[in-house]
Amino acid sequence: MASPAREQLQESVYTLHLDDAVDEVFRLMMGSPCLPSDGNVTSDTETITAVIGLAGAMSGACTLRCGLNTALRMAECMVGVRPTELDAMVKDAIGEVCNMVAGGWKGKHAAFASGCMLSTPAVVTGTNYQLHMQQQEFRIDRTYHFEEYALSISIICESIQ
Amino acid sequence: MSEIAALIVDDSSVMRKIVERALRQAGLPLGKVHEASSGVEALDVLKSERVQLILSDINMPMMDGLEFLRQLRSQALASEVPVVMITTESSEEHVKEAIIAGAQGYIRKPFTAEQVKDRVLPLLNLT
Repeated sequence: MASPAREQLQESVYTLHLDDAVDEVFRLMMGSPCLPSDGNVTSDTETITAVIGLAGAMSGACTLRCGLNTALRMAECMVGVRPTELDAMVKDAIGEVCNMVAGGWKGKHAAFASGCMLSTPAVVTGTNYQLHMQQQEFRIDRTYHFEEYALSISIICESIQ
Repeated sequence: MSEIAALIVDDSSVMRKIVERALRQAGLPLGKVHEASSGVEALDVLKSERVQLILSDINMPMMDGLEFLRQLRSQALASEVPVVMITTESSEEHVKEAIIAGAQGYIRKPFTAEQVKDRVLPLLNLT
């Protein structure tokens, strides 16, 4: 069994790798850095959450949560056209960002890179939902900023084989 | 230089647009671009359309990119057309599996137009 210090170290490595994966996705696909920041994502508009399931060597999920304005800006950066509402294109863009972050993060860990599969994205709007896991091995919650927009990304690990 | 007709297979319409833009930025003389959101749809497109290049995602509903590739290579349908996989799955095992299934190239998401250029143009003898 891993010692608490070892577990803490491993989780800090997972966190650093998540920060790297997020920044890489934003720099390459949106032309803007995306760096960790303090605080929570608060939005006076609709909240959008993308979820990618992880299964295999690690079971769990990667989630990306942001407000409407952040979602519209992310979609604009990706396709080059400013959407005016939360349409299918915006949901598709947010799901793809979450997919690339999850893939980038797991790819940095030899044990998960090939032994962990990703689901196709699911996108939820609103805040009245709960992501239920049977148990929780570890959880990473991070808030990021790109330009003046905030978003939060979580890795929730249910189990590691 | 004659125009290249391409088929882009991805369940994300946003990603299909990004891939098309990257191909244009890479300087490919792109002609008609066909789109499909799954392997099933892609095989259907190829029954009626001739293309010189296929770019395909792996994780897709209905029929994933690897199964699409296997079926493509086992049928007379566009069996010689170069296929480049564009996917978040980037482990050595995934790359190996794609090559065995018949892919000529592999691009990891996220990607740059420069990476698309480096992988795609040599396949079409455009370097």
